[in-house]
Amino acid sequence: MDALMQFLLSGMTVGAVYALVALGFTIIYNASDVVNFAQGEFVMLGGMITVFAHAAGLPLPLAALIAIVLTALVGVALNKLAIEPARGAPVVSLIIITIGASIVIRGAAQLIFDKQLHRFPSFSGDEPIRLLGAAILPQSLWVVGGAFFIFIGLWVFFTKTLTGKAVLATANNRLAAQLVGINTGWVMTLSFSLSAAIGALAGVLVTPITLVAYDVGVGLALKGFAAAMLGGMGNPKGALVGGILLGLLEAMTAGYLSSQYKDAVAFIVILAVLFAMPQGIFGAKRTERV
Amino acid sequence: MKTAITTALTTGMTTLVALGAISLSAPASAEIRLGASVSATGPAAFLGDPEAKTIEMLVEQINEAGGINGEKIKLFLYDDGGDPNKARTFATRLVEDDEVTAIIGGSTTGTTMSIISVAEDESIPFISLAGAIQIIDPVRANVFKTPHTDRMACAKIFTDMAARGLTRIGMISGTDGFGASMQAQCHDIAAEHGIEVLADETYGPQDADMTPQLTKIAKTEGVQAILNPGFGQGPAIVTRNKAQLGIDLPLYQSHGVASDGFIKLAGAEAAEGVRLPGTALLIADILPDGDPQKEVVTTYKTAFEAKFDQKVSTFGGYANDAFLLMANAMKTGGADAEAIRDALEATTGLVGTTGTYSFSATDHLGLDLSAFRMLEIRDGGWALAE
Repeated sequence: MDALMQFLLSGMTVGAVYALVALGFTIIYNASDVVNFAQGEFVMLGGMITVFAHAAGLPLPLAALIAIVLTALVGVALNKLAIEPARGAPVVSLIIITIGASIVIRGAAQLIFDKQLHRFPSFSGDEPIRLLGAAILPQSLWVVGGAFFIFIGLWVFFTKTLTGKAVLATANNRLAAQLVGINTGWVMTLSFSLSAAIGALAGVLVTPITLVAYDVGVGLALKGFAAAMLGGMGNPKGALVGGILLGLLEAMTAGYLSSQYKDAVAFIVILAVLFAMPQGIFGAKRTERV
Repeated sequence: MKTAITTALTTGMTTLVALGAISLSAPASAEIRLGASVSATGPAAFLGDPEAKTIEMLVEQINEAGGINGEKIKLFLYDDGGDPNKARTFATRLVEDDEVTAIIGGSTTGTTMSIISVAEDESIPFISLAGAIQIIDPVRANVFKTPHTDRMACAKIFTDMAARGLTRIGMISGTDGFGASMQAQCHDIAAEHGIEVLADETYGPQDADMTPQLTKIAKTEGVQAILNPGFGQGPAIVTRNKAQLGIDLPLYQSHGVASDGFIKLAGAEAAEGVRLPGTALLIADILPDGDPQKEVVTTYKTAFEAKFDQKVSTFGGYANDAFLLMANAMKTGGADAEAIRDALEATTGLVGTTGTYSFSATDHLGLDLSAFRMLEIRDGGWALAE
């Protein structure tokens, strides 16, 4: 029983990490149909900048804030320098541009920072919380809480605010959106900066658990992307559920089957789900005229 | 017309041959050409970066001191980025264009294997900086290496376990190349040392939480100790998770994480009591004065840390030893590849940071188990466990 509890808590921790990364994909995807493969790099930047600002003597909250703001600026720069000049290119080309951007950011981080692994202190100490014979670190609760907080924020943003609706309108039909007075260029800039900020916040929250180095972005983006696909790309609810489901699947497989098959089982389940529901669990059904 | 071209070609060829002859003969007396291809950037940068810095520093030092037998060393250093294909290209370039007489490098087993094929074909002595036993087993005429093997690390750990009466263990290994290779080697020799592996779990190199695997190991009947072969963030997370779960079993890590960085990442509290096989370099400060390695590790550590403002690592130490061995062989071999090779093989009792090297025709690693020190983490620092 306490083993099951430990597997559940482990799955929640890992799942919340995946969910945080997956949530970052949502805004850019909703604004432009582009899957931003530099999302993992935003997470990495959030962690790395915080580490170095904290090491330079700044208090942790201020270091985290600087990291989030700077990463948001990197997001804006990515849009202005790489995505906007290619406006009108097919979505696939834009996705390839984001892959290129991720390589550039990774290389720059390696030069500007270093190649070592880093960590900064957990927010609420490292004393584990005992729960029904299992143990969870307070930082895991921060990650889970952060994932829920961002999820609610995104949900409110997309359904209750005019700006959020403008983002959705831009994705739906750029020309029509412009005709009703939406500044689509501004919407794109906004969505890149918000996505980058969410990525950086994820990086700040998960670094005490996962540790950070210049090259952790790829792995995080891959798992986050898998989680987003499982839950339904573009849907914040999908990102949250997909991430936690993926984490639980891995923990249960490692606990009850074998840790050797952990990743394989997770991906087989994702394939099976996508086979039955190609849009993911919460993905909107789309009809496209051809 | 046709004859004109032929004449032009012939003249060109003659000139080229003449030029080639000049460039071949001119530098030979003034310098010894040393080639190096390491992974200073890319995924293996944590290995290659200190290695590249070490080699550059040592070449500079030896040239300032007047070179070897009065001849300066000219270094050709390339960064293969951890890519075996690039390593092969650079090795070929080192031999054909730069005309080096010896090569140091191959930060990873993959890049080493690429360089080996070139070094063997061209009969150029090569000292590898990578771990796998396959590099020197079977013995190849021109290939030597400085790091100890995974198998030796397993042997050292198992010897220590057996001495403490810990014979039934659980293993949790990374699925990266290092972890998987060491896992296999440890399984191979466990029985020889009277060790029984009761639980065998793995984790991915990017995983964030290993509590399920550790829970399984802790719940396995009879497990007395845990061994974690791996490097990168995995071992730090395993150490933290073990403390989180309050598992009260001795934890052994591998030489792959023998650095101060590991204690920092895992946290001094969680890492308390962790044992691992490491080199003398790591504990230069606490080595007793009479220790044979005291002088060489202190010299290297002081020089490196003063120059680069960064802590020495075991990996830079491998490069230091490779260079010491090569420079020693060049004293007798000069700039002749075959003579250097013979001198390398005849090396006995050369003290390096990793251990004391004595090569022979059948042993191109030249280290024994005494090269490893069993270290224990106490109060956030290293201590000798023996």
